[in-house]
Amino acid sequence: MVTRRIFLAGFILAAMTFPGLAAERSIVVASTTSTENSGLFGAILPIFEAASGIRVKIVAVGTGQAIKLARNGDADVLLVHHRPSEEAFVGQGFGVKRFSIMYNDFVLVGPENDPAGVRGLTDAATALARIAAAKAIFASRGDDSGTHKKELELWRAAKVHAQAASGQWYRETGAGMGATLNTASALGAYVLADRGTWIAFANKGDLGIMVEGDARLFNPYGAILVNPARHRHIKAAEGQAFIDWLISPAGQQAIADYKRGGRQLFFPNAD
Amino acid sequence: MAEREAILPLRLEGVCFDAGGKRLIEDVSFGLRAGKRSVILGPNGAGKSLLLRLCHGLLSPSAGTISWAAPEGAGRAHRQAMVFQRPVLLRRSAAANVAYPLRLRGVPARERGARVEEALARAGLGAKSKQAARSLSGGEQQRLAMARAWVMAPEVLFLDEPTANLDPAATRAIETLIGDVHASGAKIVMTTHDLGQARRLADEILFLHRGRLLERAEAAAFFSKPRTAEASAFLKGDLAW
Amino acid sequence: MNDITAAFGMAFAMLLDLDRDLIEIVGLSLRVSFLAVGLAVLLGLPLGAAVALYRFPGRTVLHALLTAFMGLPPVVVGLVVYLLLSRAGPLGVLGLLFTPAAMILAQCLLVLPIVAALSAQIVADLNREYDEQLRSLAAGPGQRLVTLLWDGRFSLLTAILAGFGRAIAEVGAVMIVGGNIAHSTRVMTTAIALETSKGNLALALGLGLVLIVLALTVNLAVLALRDAVRPSHG
Repeated sequence: MVTRRIFLAGFILAAMTFPGLAAERSIVVASTTSTENSGLFGAILPIFEAASGIRVKIVAVGTGQAIKLARNGDADVLLVHHRPSEEAFVGQGFGVKRFSIMYNDFVLVGPENDPAGVRGLTDAATALARIAAAKAIFASRGDDSGTHKKELELWRAAKVHAQAASGQWYRETGAGMGATLNTASALGAYVLADRGTWIAFANKGDLGIMVEGDARLFNPYGAILVNPARHRHIKAAEGQAFIDWLISPAGQQAIADYKRGGRQLFFPNAD
Repeated sequence: MAEREAILPLRLEGVCFDAGGKRLIEDVSFGLRAGKRSVILGPNGAGKSLLLRLCHGLLSPSAGTISWAAPEGAGRAHRQAMVFQRPVLLRRSAAANVAYPLRLRGVPARERGARVEEALARAGLGAKSKQAARSLSGGEQQRLAMARAWVMAPEVLFLDEPTANLDPAATRAIETLIGDVHASGAKIVMTTHDLGQARRLADEILFLHRGRLLERAEAAAFFSKPRTAEASAFLKGDLAW
Repeated sequence: MNDITAAFGMAFAMLLDLDRDLIEIVGLSLRVSFLAVGLAVLLGLPLGAAVALYRFPGRTVLHALLTAFMGLPPVVVGLVVYLLLSRAGPLGVLGLLFTPAAMILAQCLLVLPIVAALSAQIVADLNREYDEQLRSLAAGPGQRLVTLLWDGRFSLLTAILAGFGRAIAEVGAVMIVGGNIAHSTRVMTTAIALETSKGNLALALGLGLVLIVLALTVNLAVLALRDAVRPSHG
């Protein structure tokens, strides 16, 4: 029984000294897989943390889930890329104010042999209509993320009811950007991706960019402080400090400086 | 423990025990007092082990009553012990096995050490106290079971065919130990189907046959002049049923 | 095929190199899973033994639940713990979401049914052997429970290792309640999921191999410890 008591004491001690439980100045930011997977946060957060002493904890999920987390008060700051949803979030009183941070764009990616013949088109809706007509395989996020919402807008513009073909040529992965790119790479499918994740993605296989440059493919990111009036525990001062830094010259410069393979992934556009 | 009120005598009145729709113990009545070594004798299948378990309280009678002099309570259970045909030893050292009943009874740790050592020494296991109980030989395991029973200083010690699985040398050691426990003041109640063992150990015989108590007599009288045909047949070595 | 060979090379390099990030992730994986299993053992062993030994109302249902929950989907457990710990949930005031404590809680819930159901079986088997002897020695119900747990310790170790295997390998629950936050709640499995989604398949598989080596090392260490303590005839 002595061993039992020693074990118990050791266990309690270990639990008490657990470093993760120690208090520290930190905020939780609910963001999207595109920002995390592209490596942007890994590059810019150390600069902010060194300047402010505030730890930024990124929870990277789809835009839909990120907004849900923020609504529940489980994050201090929301940083996503679907403007209508962001404005609704602020409009309903869940967020304080939306700040433009940066943008990149979406690209339509597809297999080298291009079965739908969309390469070089500048109109994304036309490209999607051709994919549908050719019944070429298209991999959709299908996860209510910002990218997914954008894709659905484009299908509407193309006047195609893609979900009617779900399970046939239209494949909904219900997964993050990277996982969906993996699927597309394996299937030789077309897929809508944000440029940042696409550039950083390491398993491209024979996928390549087919369509880019359409104004409809513009992908702006916004940051919103979760409303402390709704959730008392929100770290408003620290959260706003992070947003203020993102839109400051230093933060904007850090975003512009982040490159992969010599290419800039995000373009700062604070007002 | 000596100051406590005695739990003996034990009285059985019209005790029956049924299992699987069969009556295995039929209307058995007798009393057991302190002192004598009482041996329940009979052929295999007579119900000896069942009767011993009924006495010890491991089984409840289907009919009839079993009563002790002392009222029911933990004290009564703590003052009797039983050694089984196949001892169930804990997966611990020999010493821990002997200490175990003392711990159950709340004997403080500082008293336990000396009592455990003494019981092991009496059982001839002093040198093996640290050895894992289940790595001991069959004879040693049964001696350890005796030591574990003895350390409780029971008022009654039940033994169920304690040497049935042992070789002659180990049997002799157990029989000597039984004599020692009796000499220390414990009442001995044991079952055996071994006539030689009954002759060596018994002060009195309870002869059980097909679940019935056919005879109870002083050992000498039973062996020289059995009163029933079944007992004479058993003594002669006939398969008289 | 290239990725697989590359993965072995990377795993080997990672084990030799032991860079700081990897040590941090491995350390957190072990701490979270050890504490989760420890907690599950403290609760699960007595619970399993009680289900095996005592008769109480609802015992059969509880036993069936424990057995069925051995296969609980980690994502479901993660979701339940998220809803409990969310600021909008009943335990939100504790502020535990996206901390290692939340991950420990989720893994503990996953492991508890395994430890409890397996120990119930082990204790029930042992009790059949010990029952008469313990009744003869007048062991009380609590004394019986402790005795059987202690005497079953070598078999119970297997149940505990099964629980540890479940904890260290699961990703669904810790991803949801931990958030896979770098330098905070990132563990081996969520790191593997992240690298996979970045398309770094060889790196992801390399981390997976490191995880397997880790689990193997823990199992071997525990079994070696057992054999050192256990007598030849257990």
